[in-house]
Amino acid sequence: MQYRKHEPWLYLAPALVMLLAVFGYPFVRLVILSLQRTQAGVPAFVGLTNYQLLFRDDVFLQAVRNNLKLLLTVPVTVGLALVLAVFLFERIMGWRLYRMTLFLPYLLPITAVGLVFSYIFQLSGVLNDLLEAIGAGVLAQDWLGSTTLALPTVMFVIIWKEVGFGVVLFLARLMSVEEELFDAARVDGANWWQLQRHVTIPQLATVIEFFTVISIITVLSWVFGYVFVMTGGGPGNATMVTELYVYLMGFRYNQMNMASAVSVLLLLVTGVFIFLELRLRERSDLGLTS
Amino acid sequence: MRSARRRAQALSGSLLRQLVVIFFTVLALFPLYFMLVSSLKSKADYLENKFNLPPHPIIDNFLTAFAGEKFLIRFANSTILTVGSVALSLLIACLAAYAFARMQFPGKRTLFNLMLSLMVIPPVVMVVPLFVTMVRLGLVNTYQGAILIYIGLLLPFSVYMMTNFFQTIPREIVEAARIDGCSSFGVFTRILMPLSAPAVITLTVVNSLWVWNELLIALIFLQRDEMKTLMVGIASMRSRIYVDIPATMAGLLVATIPIVVLYLFGQRYFIRGLIGGAVK
Repeated sequence: MQYRKHEPWLYLAPALVMLLAVFGYPFVRLVILSLQRTQAGVPAFVGLTNYQLLFRDDVFLQAVRNNLKLLLTVPVTVGLALVLAVFLFERIMGWRLYRMTLFLPYLLPITAVGLVFSYIFQLSGVLNDLLEAIGAGVLAQDWLGSTTLALPTVMFVIIWKEVGFGVVLFLARLMSVEEELFDAARVDGANWWQLQRHVTIPQLATVIEFFTVISIITVLSWVFGYVFVMTGGGPGNATMVTELYVYLMGFRYNQMNMASAVSVLLLLVTGVFIFLELRLRERSDLGLTS
Repeated sequence: MRSARRRAQALSGSLLRQLVVIFFTVLALFPLYFMLVSSLKSKADYLENKFNLPPHPIIDNFLTAFAGEKFLIRFANSTILTVGSVALSLLIACLAAYAFARMQFPGKRTLFNLMLSLMVIPPVVMVVPLFVTMVRLGLVNTYQGAILIYIGLLLPFSVYMMTNFFQTIPREIVEAARIDGCSSFGVFTRILMPLSAPAVITLTVVNSLWVWNELLIALIFLQRDEMKTLMVGIASMRSRIYVDIPATMAGLLVATIPIVVLYLFGQRYFIRGLIGGAVK
């Protein structure tokens, strides 16, 4: 189709202006802020001092460690989603209804979910009452108030919420696989496990990769809502994560320069995974031809 | 004999599957169930037994929720932000997607990939520099300021999805229109857009869910009490020393219902759209 040369840019302009305003300019500003220190309202260039201070800050290091621990949720989320998707795909009765209910947690606001779960997990909460009722009262714990249990409890909620997206993704891909492929394997005498290993998993490979990368990015840099609502980073710093650290530094302790330094680091880490993700997308090949 | 045994095996296998799926479904639904039953109990009934059905269902909690905490103002704020940013981002995204899907220009592929990569940038990263800038521009505690940020955050995914969709519209239709004297903008308004209803619905649902549920940006850029959103209001409920849990649950339920309704309305498109957006 013929267009005048400047025409594409006319259509792109509003989007580009917005993206430059919300991403481009802040990125530059962020890097500058992270290299400065403001004293009495006057910013001064201090090089990498903020970064050096960060790595001496126990709270920051704890936050990084916690983000890394959160990575443990990824294999659980992916595995669980896979099992549930395969079971639903085998058309058990009412699979459509199950798909919808399993997806529901993914839709609900983290804020609301977090608040509900904190009432479920608190010392006088539902879970402990339930344990009491079935005669397992000895197992009752202060799930969010204990330094050892708080992070695992948050991890449970993250898995609870994120699994549904995986189920829907996997199930959709499975349903687009040629039925003959499964039939052929069955005719060849493949049992259930062989069927999964040689047909289902290979067919799902790219989607599994995609969901894994997305889950990793999520637990490294999108868990603010969970900790902010459920624990506020506590008890102590037991559930402190880098995002919450940025928020507290920047907006509670007014240390914008330190917050910027953490943001730059977070951006670099995410960048690695963005690169991975882009390569996956490239492989799934979005043909940009007109 | 053997086939009978195999049938028994298959039956127990499918029974096991069913049980596993039911277990996780119950787990997925439990917090919702808890929200619902608690919101219908009096405080005394709640403390008596937290997980049974309400022995004497009441609606007082909903009245309390609506009366307190500037609930209606927050509801209105969330609605204004959602409608404003979703509508504007959709418009801007469609224009850009038209260029990406139907026109050739140097650097297209690079620009497109660059934009895609913005999709997973954690918002927290931009919050500090944006705040510093917005303070200077006097945009903190305004709808415009927050909507501006939301549009930027919604754009990458929206452009990606609309580009995908425009590419599925047969070229012949567009070319025939051009021969009949349709301008390039005419192609956009009279052919591409009217055919895009499914994609537009998907995007509207996905983006509305996201803005409605968003906490971090709202928390930082809308701090003044009368500007707060529903989610910010909810997030601050827990820190209260004295908490009326049944009333809180009623409030949560009302804050969540628009999302569930929107989802049910767009469900058919929603799942397909998510997949189209995620893995083509």
